[in-house]
Amino acid sequence: MEFFVIAIIKAAVVAFILLTALAYLQWAERKVLAHIQLRVGPRRVGPHGLLQPLADVIKLITKEDMMPSHVNKVFWFMAPFIAVLFALIPIAVIPFGTELNTPAVDLGPLHIPAIHTPMQLTDLNIGVLFVLGISGLGVYGVALAGWSSNNKYSLLGGLRSSAQMISYELPMALAIATPLLALNTLSFRGIVDGQAGYYFGFIPRWAIFQVFPLNIISFLIFIIAAFAETNRVPFDLPEAENELVAGFHTEYGSMKFAAFFMAEYCNMVTVSCVATLLFLGGWHPPFPSEFGSKFLPSLIFIGAAIISFLHGMSPARPFDRFTLPAFGVVFLILAAIFLVPPVAIVLLPIFWFTAKLCAVLFVYIWIRGTLPRFRYDQLMRFAWTFLFPVAVVTLFLAGLAVALFP
Amino acid sequence: MPMPPPLPASVPISWYLMLSAILFSLGVAGFLFRRNIITVFMSIELMLNAVNLSFITFSYKLRQVDGHIFSFFVMVVAAAEAAVGLAIILTVFKNRQTLQIDEISSLKN
Amino acid sequence: MDAILFMLFAAIAVVCGINLVVQKHPISSALSLVGVMAALAALYLLLGGEFIAAAQLVVYAGAIMVLFIFVIMLLNAGTERRGRRSWTHYADVPILLVFVGLIAALIANRMPGSEAVIFGQFTKGTAKDIGSALFTTYLLPFEVTSVLILIAILGAIVLARKEID
Repeated sequence: MEFFVIAIIKAAVVAFILLTALAYLQWAERKVLAHIQLRVGPRRVGPHGLLQPLADVIKLITKEDMMPSHVNKVFWFMAPFIAVLFALIPIAVIPFGTELNTPAVDLGPLHIPAIHTPMQLTDLNIGVLFVLGISGLGVYGVALAGWSSNNKYSLLGGLRSSAQMISYELPMALAIATPLLALNTLSFRGIVDGQAGYYFGFIPRWAIFQVFPLNIISFLIFIIAAFAETNRVPFDLPEAENELVAGFHTEYGSMKFAAFFMAEYCNMVTVSCVATLLFLGGWHPPFPSEFGSKFLPSLIFIGAAIISFLHGMSPARPFDRFTLPAFGVVFLILAAIFLVPPVAIVLLPIFWFTAKLCAVLFVYIWIRGTLPRFRYDQLMRFAWTFLFPVAVVTLFLAGLAVALFP
Repeated sequence: MPMPPPLPASVPISWYLMLSAILFSLGVAGFLFRRNIITVFMSIELMLNAVNLSFITFSYKLRQVDGHIFSFFVMVVAAAEAAVGLAIILTVFKNRQTLQIDEISSLKN
Repeated sequence: MDAILFMLFAAIAVVCGINLVVQKHPISSALSLVGVMAALAALYLLLGGEFIAAAQLVVYAGAIMVLFIFVIMLLNAGTERRGRRSWTHYADVPILLVFVGLIAALIANRMPGSEAVIFGQFTKGTAKDIGSALFTTYLLPFEVTSVLILIAILGAIVLARKEID
């Protein structure tokens, strides 16, 4: 019984954090893209535009939700739900940290029992296959949206997008299989546990450094295939605004459009989580704790606080006189939290996991601001004639290496 | 108020085989009585899935992994068959412009 | 708990199966088939076949059915036209019930007192076990299926390409 209560609480917390993170991922994308393009991005709604996602959500909820008369009603209605459903499900198997062990707390009439729970909703034995399968099912949302809109641009956009997604599933699966040859398990927690430890005392034993250099090649293949799976630049021809009139989500407005966007960002977060866990070592710090990796988060936050104070007090920013020092105070509080040992044991793995995840997401946004997009036939040719053979050869060589040098 | 009878804690194996039989017969019904060639093909896939369930059930009963291997091979063969079958359907559609199996026949009555 | 899960997924499978056979438009039938496959994947999990459940989702529901849906969308297959109402139109449900009844009687006769399916009793369905069986005992069929897939790819490409004159 207690198991169910803890599971429901964990699921609620993860869902809340995920949905907030998706909204702020969109904020981060707009700000980072803006700074790459030498402009500022949203800055009016709240300090530095931090309340912009809230304003967007209110706008999207209160917009009129129309159903055009020429669409196939059942499938048009179902498509955004399917897209969001299959985008949100894989988060259930992603581990965020090690374990949460709290002692039993007795507050008078209220008795909270001791909690021993892993920082993961469920650890499936076949976690990697589960994520691959559910991502494959996400194609249905896009295909149905394109077809049911009864509109040639949407149909073409939907078919192209789904063909692209299934073409890049193959190199992605092969690129996932390559580090698994050395790690020898399909459960995510086992994969991260297999990346603990250090080579020569200071190089972390992340999977990207393991079967050198084949895992680096497969990491690159995975990242490229992940870009194509999630329909991001440079592979976003099917949904580009100036190409196919926004492709498969042309006929959708307000919340259904927001659902497709949320599904896209959630897919991005899922593949970034898989990349972090499978290649970048999950929650293990990049250097051993003898060299002080326990204090690095606090140092980073103190550095961020100093920068915030300095910029807040500079005369060139008259509007940030109060907000930037407020952020500085928040960073100082976070640094102090990371210095408290019992809390730090739980929070440090989460910090490293989130830091690596944010690095991968930053690469996503960075590439969006930098590269032009592929033409559709170039994209498909790249998948089938270059990426797939390279992935097969890498897998073969990695198998040879693991068999010959155990 | 009388309580409903308690549910059994778990289900006997023959129920899984019954489910497999029901799905198989639904597949046979679709195969015999539908006229769209793609729906006929999908009924074949339904029959293959029912047989897969049967294999896995017997693998559970005999505590061996061989049923899973057979099921895996059935999946692979179904994939190959789906690819070639759909290519044939595309060619038939290009030539006859129809998907009703009544109208595709060119033999005399 | 196992019984509730079995009832739920069996009901979903049967309802989607009936929907597959009854629906007029092929897309609805295709999506019902995806529903059947998803319900069957859950049933394989209950029977301890975790790798086969994942393979069902990845291969069957994620690739083969997507191919079906592509073909239906490309061919713009409309709803079926109603043919001549011959005796076959009224014979389908009775024949179906007779068939199911026969098989049910067979099963009830040949498997009396069968054991219960308890989740967790069968532990040999992991990827490791299937992998070791596939590459030792069943190596020849494995290699033959890879040749089969090659033949299928060649056949599909030859059949579906445009003739370049």
